[in-house]
Amino acid sequence: MAGPMLLKESGPREVFCGLTSIVWLHRRMPDAFFLVVGSRTCAHLIQSAAGVMIFAEPRFGTAILSERDLAGLADAHDELDRVCRELLQRRPEIRTLFLVGSCPSEVIKLDLARAAERLNEELTGRVRVVNYSGSGIETTFTQGEDGALAALVPLLPASDERQLLLVGTLADAVEDRQMHLFQRMGIETIRSLPPRQSTDLPAVGAGTTVLLTQPFLTETARLLSDRGATVLTAPFPLGAEGSRRWMEAAATAFHLPDERVAAVLDPLMERAQSALARHRAVLEGKRIFLLPESQLELPLARFLQRECGMELVEVGTPYLNREQMAAELALLPDDVPVMEGQHVEQQLDRVRASQPDLVVCGMGLANPLEAEGIATKWSIELVFSPIHGIDQAGDLAELFSRPLRRRQLIRPGLHPSSPDATVHA
Amino acid sequence: MQLTLWTYEGPPHVGAMRIAASMRGVHYVLHAPQGDTYADLLFTMIERRGQRPPVTYTTFQARDLGGDTAELVKRHVREAVDRFQPDALLVGESCTAELIQDQPGALAQGMELTMPVVSLELPAYSKKENWGAAETFYQLVRNLLKEQAPANSQHDPRAWQHQGRRPRVNLLGPSLLGFRCRDDVLEVQKLLTLHGIDVGVVAPLGAGVEDLQRIPDADLNVCLYPEVAESSCSWLERNFGMPFSRTVPIGVGATHDFLVEVHEMLGMEPPAPDEGYRHSRLPWYSESVDSTYLTGKRVFIFGDGSHALAAARICSEELGFTVVGLGTYSREMARPVRAAAKALGLEALISDDYLAVEAAMAEAAPELVLGSQMERHSAKRLGIPCAVISTPMHVQDVPARMSPQMGWEGANVIFDDWVHPLMMGLEEHLIGMFRHDFEFVDGHQSHLGHAGGAGAADSSGLSDIPGEGDGALQWTADGEAELKKIPFFVRGKVRRNTEAYARDVGCREISSETLYDAKAHFKA
Repeated sequence: MAGPMLLKESGPREVFCGLTSIVWLHRRMPDAFFLVVGSRTCAHLIQSAAGVMIFAEPRFGTAILSERDLAGLADAHDELDRVCRELLQRRPEIRTLFLVGSCPSEVIKLDLARAAERLNEELTGRVRVVNYSGSGIETTFTQGEDGALAALVPLLPASDERQLLLVGTLADAVEDRQMHLFQRMGIETIRSLPPRQSTDLPAVGAGTTVLLTQPFLTETARLLSDRGATVLTAPFPLGAEGSRRWMEAAATAFHLPDERVAAVLDPLMERAQSALARHRAVLEGKRIFLLPESQLELPLARFLQRECGMELVEVGTPYLNREQMAAELALLPDDVPVMEGQHVEQQLDRVRASQPDLVVCGMGLANPLEAEGIATKWSIELVFSPIHGIDQAGDLAELFSRPLRRRQLIRPGLHPSSPDATVHA
Repeated sequence: MQLTLWTYEGPPHVGAMRIAASMRGVHYVLHAPQGDTYADLLFTMIERRGQRPPVTYTTFQARDLGGDTAELVKRHVREAVDRFQPDALLVGESCTAELIQDQPGALAQGMELTMPVVSLELPAYSKKENWGAAETFYQLVRNLLKEQAPANSQHDPRAWQHQGRRPRVNLLGPSLLGFRCRDDVLEVQKLLTLHGIDVGVVAPLGAGVEDLQRIPDADLNVCLYPEVAESSCSWLERNFGMPFSRTVPIGVGATHDFLVEVHEMLGMEPPAPDEGYRHSRLPWYSESVDSTYLTGKRVFIFGDGSHALAAARICSEELGFTVVGLGTYSREMARPVRAAAKALGLEALISDDYLAVEAAMAEAAPELVLGSQMERHSAKRLGIPCAVISTPMHVQDVPARMSPQMGWEGANVIFDDWVHPLMMGLEEHLIGMFRHDFEFVDGHQSHLGHAGGAGAADSSGLSDIPGEGDGALQWTADGEAELKKIPFFVRGKVRRNTEAYARDVGCREISSETLYDAKAHFKA
């Protein structure tokens, strides 16, 4: 059968856990607080992944388990109640409190659902408490957002009103733009999950058509469909082509006339093509290797291959949901290796052997590869930057062309004469 | 259970990673879930290393927990040994693995590996990063050297005198993710070399297993960073009779004391007392007339134990500042920090809660903050100039230029780094004075970042620093106008003093007269 070559491997991995997604989720909902119930490692992880400590008091924190909690000297549930009360007293503006499970809390089987239930009773009308797991023994990086959104689904009010529901965190400006375009195409009611205020939850029901903005929301999609919503399968809105097909999927579901959709999208496509041309000139024919991390790898690979002319050496993904990725897989060239899971050492061996022009990888691997002479793009930037939609296609391409352009600018003057010598090791 | 927003130290296994990554030929197999791999970025991004830390994570998942995680550990140990062929192997676990009790160290020791295998037990729910670094270094030193330990140690630090060679010392403690360690080592090496003292082993930074085995060949150990090396130095003293120097050479006075300590231990003539004056610019810069404005500047100090102690001494003895707050997040160093604070008439703040530190900072109303990156942010919010003296590390704390804290050059760096933010504070005052002139352009307040600008200068001290919270006191328009004329960096203090005075004398309305009365009262 033609199509990409689907492979699997396992071994040591080099990926973030689901807690990391708190870094962008807390910014989306300024009236929500994310309280990780875990260890000092969890606190250190979020702090390090966030990069800098810029907030006076961030809207995320960790209830650090101590020996007393583990030895049963203190009742972990009593302690958690105390920490939550202390926190909410400090932050009276918080309306939703997410209790986030971690590796240690999962291993000691601390029942956060029960804790949330108990706290909800106590705090009725003031703060809503929900729980989900961001633990690294169960979730990878972006799956944390899936968990958080899935935890909100049971709380959504029911309504059969005809509406389009965009699911997944987008940058506010990008989301506004997509909503505006959908409205121009003729969709009247468009709402989003997560909402911008945690209390402003959208309704869901038989009239709801769900369009996923991100490819990592499997569980949320399943729960929404259980609530009666129709979940569309489409390419994801990365790149001009993917974004167009993503919007067209909604247009079809709402029976919008083709000419009206084309009237909105055609000029955008034209503009995107000219924005892409400059970057395509840099990227065309270059070979790219994507290591698994954000689950955005498949749509990105599709965009880079079809719209930027890049050659795909290997496309890694931490986890592959074939059903939700069907449209993306269909657009990948035959025989491209799509690797699910990771053995980081063996994968790096393949990177070195294939000598790609660009590698997409996590922050732990980027500088070491650069020092070996291989250009890189950090995957975490792709979840923080506004890259979705037809209008952002040029900006998305630039994230990949910039490292290559930078090398052309500074390399000849700085690079050591021997290509084998690693620098700054 | 403790509510934590930002932390000063990572978990203890990150300390172990710092030791492994600092050394050559050491590999660390860490029984940990995938999320723990974030720690690599501390080295590759913050330290900007062009090499992955030598760590193999077992990255077990929930589905592995029902099965044989011990076998998983052994497989990763075997793969790591085959691939990296280390000279020594560290094996340990992170917080989650500690709960499932696979005892990876014991498993690896049972595998009949050819290299030394050091099992690390770092309690993740009670200890922290620096402790983990110290324990790891100690376990490595002990495991590699215990066979060599003589039955009755007869180490003579003056033996070099009869052996026809120069005296030789080891520098112990410098590590990756330690504050300016890279440059401190070079500076201390230079300092000792100029006095005819050779440096034998520098460890863990840059050392291999064979270097650790050479440690007993030196006459003396220099404990450069007690947070990391003190336990190892003590063990070497107990088992090999090797004495170690305890003075951390940060600042002109401490550098001199350090040299005297090392010279005396080695049986050498100590250097002349004016050496610091001749070799460092700090003493003269501090004496020069330009520095008179530094007199009595109120300084708040918080950081790791060693750097906070050093800062307190430099501020009070070398720069003529007044230390108004001193504290540390290093509980292991609480005792000496408490003693130093007491000598300065203060009570030390021992805490790892950055909000408590920020509150203490606001309360002390300093004119300069010396702290970690956390205090830099707090100080920025309070509109107080700040210089960074301690970990936790930020990419800015690994500058491209040579920038030590130790030795004569370190003292020069410190003078610049601590005094420049204050000069900018003064500049700010001038901007405030001239802000009604037509030449004035908003946004000149470089050290305040986004909080700068004339608008910020207007509000700081009036609304940002509230009074004691009772609504009984009322500032009249003319009182407020007078208060605004006071430079912003002392305005908060003047406001609080005036309000305290008003309450004392039972005055409810504060006018410009009350302000002058209060001034006279406090100056008297």
